[in-house]
Amino acid sequence: MPSAPRPVTNTAADKRWRPVEAAMRRNGYRAGGLIEALHAVQRAYGYIDEAAMRAIGAALQLPLSKIYGVVTFYHFFHLKPKGRHTCVVCLGTACYIKGADRLLQTISREQQVSPGETTADGRLSLLTARCVGACGQAPAVVIDDQVVGQAEESAIHRQLAGLNSAGPGSDEEQP
Amino acid sequence: MNPEELQRIAAEELQAKSAAKHRIGVCTASGCLSCGSREVLKAIEQEAAARPEANLRIEGVGCMGLCSRGPLVMVQSGPVPAENSGAGAETAFLFKELTPADAPALVAYLEQQKSDPPTVAAGSTASSLAAKRCDLSAPFFRRQVKVVLEQFENIDPERIESYLAAGGYRALLDCLHHRRPVEIIDEITRSGLRGRGGGGYPVGLKWSTVAKAGAFVPQAGRSSRQSAGATAADRPDGPRKYVICNADEGDPGAFMDRSVLECAPHRVLEGMAIAAYAVGADFGYLYVRAEYPLAVERLRKAIVQAEKRGLLGRNIGGSAFNFQVEIRLGAGAFVCGEETALLASIEGRRGQPRPRPPYPAEHGLWGCPTLINNVETLANVAAIINRGADWFAALGTEKSKGTKVFALAGKIKNTGLIEVPMGISIHEIVHEMGSGEVGGIKAVQTGGPSGGCIPAEHFHLPVDYESLQAEGSIMGSGGMIIMDEGAAMVDVARFFMEFCVEESCGKCAPCRVGTTQVLLLLEKIGRGEGTAADLGQLEELCHLLQQTSLCGLGQSAANPVLSTLRFFRREYEQLLVDNTGKSNETDGSQSPQQGPQEVKK
Ligand SMILES: Cc1cc2nc3c(=O)[nH]c(=O)nc-3n(C[C@H](O)[C@H](O)[C@H](O)COP(=O)(O)O)c2cc1C
Ligand code: SF4
Ligand code: FES
Ligand code: FES
Repeated sequence: MPSAPRPVTNTAADKRWRPVEAAMRRNGYRAGGLIEALHAVQRAYGYIDEAAMRAIGAALQLPLSKIYGVVTFYHFFHLKPKGRHTCVVCLGTACYIKGADRLLQTISREQQVSPGETTADGRLSLLTARCVGACGQAPAVVIDDQVVGQAEESAIHRQLAGLNSAGPGSDEEQP
Repeated sequence: MNPEELQRIAAEELQAKSAAKHRIGVCTASGCLSCGSREVLKAIEQEAAARPEANLRIEGVGCMGLCSRGPLVMVQSGPVPAENSGAGAETAFLFKELTPADAPALVAYLEQQKSDPPTVAAGSTASSLAAKRCDLSAPFFRRQVKVVLEQFENIDPERIESYLAAGGYRALLDCLHHRRPVEIIDEITRSGLRGRGGGGYPVGLKWSTVAKAGAFVPQAGRSSRQSAGATAADRPDGPRKYVICNADEGDPGAFMDRSVLECAPHRVLEGMAIAAYAVGADFGYLYVRAEYPLAVERLRKAIVQAEKRGLLGRNIGGSAFNFQVEIRLGAGAFVCGEETALLASIEGRRGQPRPRPPYPAEHGLWGCPTLINNVETLANVAAIINRGADWFAALGTEKSKGTKVFALAGKIKNTGLIEVPMGISIHEIVHEMGSGEVGGIKAVQTGGPSGGCIPAEHFHLPVDYESLQAEGSIMGSGGMIIMDEGAAMVDVARFFMEFCVEESCGKCAPCRVGTTQVLLLLEKIGRGEGTAADLGQLEELCHLLQQTSLCGLGQSAANPVLSTLRFFRREYEQLLVDNTGKSNETDGSQSPQQGPQEVKK
């Protein structure tokens, strides 16, 4: 990997980068603040790209390989942008026992998107989770950060169909 | 804040509460929020504003347990019960599945009630409400003994005053002003409290190890990896110890810690502060799952409030004790619940465990002595200080003291959160409290991916650390998943092994390779292609995993397989084929096992 500094995202001019900078400053620009900084990137941009990793690496004096190793270790961090809407199907034990994997299969079929992927038009990402903590209401599905408990196939389909293609995030171009 | 000030704020809050004729608490924990409790709260508030003569006090409160029947709303009247008395309000009614449309009837009804306690009379405007009333004398409520979940129905998680009125922070100030650290550790030791994060390690013993450890002096000029401290700029750079609250709760199917964090964040902070004072720490981290945004938001608020009131930060309660707390977000790796992996994660690294010893108590975060306790463990602390070790030790069994919070889920009627004294039988929990159909239930899974399945024939067993272990399961953190006859045990074992394969951090070969091999064998058997030799190899591999893995994840990954083999071996054998490829079953009708839901529906 070339060590010469490459042009990264123009972080200085980007408003969204500010919380990332703040997270690193709060942690004294020490390596211990890496995960905090990555969380800040994902909150601001929705995912973590190479440019962001390089910018953090430069600030915290960490090699890209190490940052990449951390990003890929944790399931919570995404390397690719998500769709404008997200549908997270819980596959934790309580939900599994109540048929969550069949629910996932039908959603996947009806929405024509495999788990972990985003529809071709960027409208919807279908994701899975290990317990979203609503086990009392299993099976649980999270649509755009709203937990839907005791999720029934028909209700979920109606809700997904109702998501118009302009939704959260559509006002802002994905980077 | 000094003790007198605390008393004053608590008294003011209590007075305001008592001035209202009825107190309405709407559950705002995430379970009920997910079925619309925010809208119900708003509707009731609007309705009450339109009828001031009803004299109602409405607040968002914590989880009331019956989460599957949310939104839950509690109506209480009469004087507010004294804190720590264990007593409920004079009259209390719990309504389930309320909708905004129920608000007018509820408020109109409460307004009509003059001085008599409300009884929901059939035929009144409240008749539909009557149908939504829960029977508080049902075993689900009556059998509970609340220490950790105490007063959840009275505490507004977003207001520190509400926690103070429920007796909050009294234990901390009492410790700071009247007790020496050794006395506190002694109290906790005598209470018999054991870690609720799964291991069951005696809490007093851990605290005294950390207390005795010499604080490590971070040295200037060390490599950034070792000395990097997430510091507030003004932190003194002297000898240091840490307290960490493990709120990673990775067991899929368990939500006890989440509920405690969401409903009583101050109770956890108070426990951390007492622990820090006892072991001589001045800095704490709350390591919380990023998947719990509401818990994180409320914790952040709680920390700010406690700092403002001088209950966290410098010179707490006017004493010489300083304690600062920061939140660290997990990032979706189950193994980070393991304490050494958790340390690595806070240090900004991949969350991979390391061999112990040295234990974190002696060599923890950035090399400093570190106390790591679970959320529920810490939530027990203030109650023990307030009411004494003897009171606590009288709850539970010989070796397992106190209560345990369980998350009931799966195939029973009453799913949700319960707190029961240790030693209660599984039968009581599943059939009496959970209203599970006797005969329809096949097994209960405890301990998640590190635990096992206990068959219905063994439901007479008491729930305590040792009994569950003797059955090849573990208490774990408190997830309890009830499975009915539709559950195919080979598939259940496969489900947990798949989880372990995904979550294995890959550091050691037995776990990285072993879990995958076990999964392949389970899949083969599940498809109806396994042979007796495969079954033998499966068992052999399981024992290898147990004995040679580096951390608890690998060591316990085989538990779900071994326990289903122990109690449901026939289900495995029925799926085997002999060497000629024929099914072992003479009638040949046994089809390969499907997911439980396929069989069921
Ligand atoms: C794979 C693995 C996952 C764990 N996950 C958690 C967890 O989510 N929460 C927790 O409190 N303890 C968890 N533990 C146990 C911790 O390592 C540690 O024992 C515990 O936090 C100590 O607190 P306690 O003594 O108060 O129980 C886990 C252990 C292992 C091996
Ligand atoms: S047992 Fe598994 S999770 Fe634990 S250190 Fe080894 S590979 Fe990692
Ligand atoms: S298992 Fe699905 S919410 Fe917990
Ligand atoms: S979440 Fe409302 S009762 Fe549990």
